[in-house]
Amino acid sequence: MSVVRILFSYIIFPGFIFTALVGLLLTWIDRKVTARIHWRVGPPWYQPYADFLKLLLKETIIPEGSSKVLFLLGPIIGLVAMSILAVMLFSMNLNPGNTFVGDLIVMIYLLALPPLGIMIGGSASKNPLASVGVSREMTQYFAYELPFLITIAGIILKAGGSIRFGDIILAQKASGPFLYSISGVIGAIVILLSAQAKLGFVPFDIPEAEQEIMAGPYIEYSGVALAMYKLVRAMMLFLLPLFLISVLWGGLGDWWAILKFLLIIVLIVLIKNTNPRIRIDQSLRFFWLGIGILSVVGLVLAVYGL
Amino acid sequence: MANAKLWGLKKSPWVFHVAAASCNNCDIEILDILTPRWDVERFGIVLVGSPRHADALLVTGVLNRKSLPRVLRVYEQTPKPCLVICVGTCTCDTHMFAPSYNVVGPYDKYLPVDVYIPGCPPKPEAIISGVVKALKRL
Repeated sequence: MSVVRILFSYIIFPGFIFTALVGLLLTWIDRKVTARIHWRVGPPWYQPYADFLKLLLKETIIPEGSSKVLFLLGPIIGLVAMSILAVMLFSMNLNPGNTFVGDLIVMIYLLALPPLGIMIGGSASKNPLASVGVSREMTQYFAYELPFLITIAGIILKAGGSIRFGDIILAQKASGPFLYSISGVIGAIVILLSAQAKLGFVPFDIPEAEQEIMAGPYIEYSGVALAMYKLVRAMMLFLLPLFLISVLWGGLGDWWAILKFLLIIVLIVLIKNTNPRIRIDQSLRFFWLGIGILSVVGLVLAVYGL
Repeated sequence: MANAKLWGLKKSPWVFHVAAASCNNCDIEILDILTPRWDVERFGIVLVGSPRHADALLVTGVLNRKSLPRVLRVYEQTPKPCLVICVGTCTCDTHMFAPSYNVVGPYDKYLPVDVYIPGCPPKPEAIISGVVKALKRL
């Protein structure tokens, strides 16, 4: 593969620009569906693009006494991780037999990078509310990552012990999506709720609770840095449902994948709009005891091939 | 470039609500315009929790010796193309509190005010029309 082609795939088509444009459109779908649930009209379709453009052209303030490098590194880490994840997801989906080694472990690491960026940037911003947000983000991360990893282990078992992402998609093409079994349904529930927490959507938006700690780790960000954070969130809204479809619902084989994708997005928005925010200890208990036990049951069922 | 900047600012003004010791009437009317009945998200207006994210400061309440330094500090913390919108008669002039020992005068003595919305409190329709007029004039 030539260098130009690699650069094209990282920067333009499945990588940065494509993911960013689609992700911003998805945040519009999120806001519009939210508005319809509230019986409102909601914003026009270009709203996320206008927000993004405005933030890009505004003044960026770096708070006095903060670490400049770490403060600006926070959003960039997430942006780079999400661009690489987009390239891996698409190239493995479009060409599962590819010899490119895209395994599940790398994807888990890449999915862990945006929260890490938020923690680094938030704690560098020297604001007490931001540090409260960072500590909550950290607790929340440990809460949702455990059931998520247990479910991934179950998926690896179902794919015959291979951690290559392409093998998982090929196994589903050979014998039907993993979702159509009991352990598959349990896995989908666990990954959906973990995605909700990774996105910071309402029952689990404890780290950036607008009403208590005023956007938490993001409180000191303005201008370009805030725009990058918004972009990371938008890209995650695109990539996490795609990840769920790829590992459990047969990948991007046909045009039905778009309907599946929209269904998952609307489900996430519905969960967001019909639940109150919970406390951080409730979130930890929910993910470790409730969802954690459910994911262990799913793993046991996956061992017995159900 | 200037046009793009103006378009972005017009289409998504994020608002930070500075309640500088008002009697809460104007605050309640401001919260009213965010409810489904008036739905200002149609125009891209969102209430944000931090002045760092804001493009417009919605100030309410008569300015006094205690609140003046705080309001100036919030204005300094806001990243700069930023509107200042005065809601209520107290902010436009000092209303019935003018003779008080503690009042230091209207906002436009200290800040560059863009919109005055008089009323005690102004109706939600009046606030929306004031903001829309300000955005059209930009």
